[in-house]
Amino acid sequence: MSLFLAIVAAGLVLGSFLCLYRIGRGPTAPDRTVAIDILGTLVVGFCCLLALWTGQDFYMNIAIAWALLSFIGTIALAKYLEGRYYDD
Amino acid sequence: MIELIAQVIIGVGLAFDLFGCIGLVRLPDVYNRVQAATKCVTLGTCMILVGTFLHAVGVGDGAMGSKALLCALFVLLTSPVAAHAIARGAYRSGVRLWEGSVVDRYGEALGAIHPKGERAEPAESPRPVAASEEPKP
Repeated sequence: MSLFLAIVAAGLVLGSFLCLYRIGRGPTAPDRTVAIDILGTLVVGFCCLLALWTGQDFYMNIAIAWALLSFIGTIALAKYLEGRYYDD
Repeated sequence: MIELIAQVIIGVGLAFDLFGCIGLVRLPDVYNRVQAATKCVTLGTCMILVGTFLHAVGVGDGAMGSKALLCALFVLLTSPVAAHAIARGAYRSGVRLWEGSVVDRYGEALGAIHPKGERAEPAESPRPVAASEEPKP
């Protein structure tokens, strides 16, 4: 089980570096926003791996909070890209 | 047995995550990147969460399993909405489609593009927003 979790963690780290490449390289601002959103979803997977690795369940609290806060941040960035204000 | 099923599901979810990230790097356009990355990564993360739920059921940890299912529900609800908002914001901020794209239904619906494919006035109005929707001062 521990070797398996190490392999999964290595794969998620590889995906995170691909997202970081797109954040740094991305020609427009929406590219970077998409990459930030995907990176936030990958962090939820990391929290699951930590919960499996340590056997403690409070990492899943972090995963739930991270999913919701990442959603709010992405919506705020999309509204900013659209050039509108937050009340319409 | 349930441990093995959980490991298989987590492995398939990891593969979907990696495919989504490769699509995020390789595809040529913001809209292609949105539709590749969001769908793949949403399914992959949900499969990792379901695998965590199965592992918790096998171990007998009820708190971890219920929180994993709740988190899978939240990811499944919020990720497509966020991707839709990003794509809409990208189009309205004036990001052009890839030159190999063949159809632009949203632009036709907004009236910024003729059905033949050429834009109405690309120089004057780079963002297809009506004048009444300009940001308030």
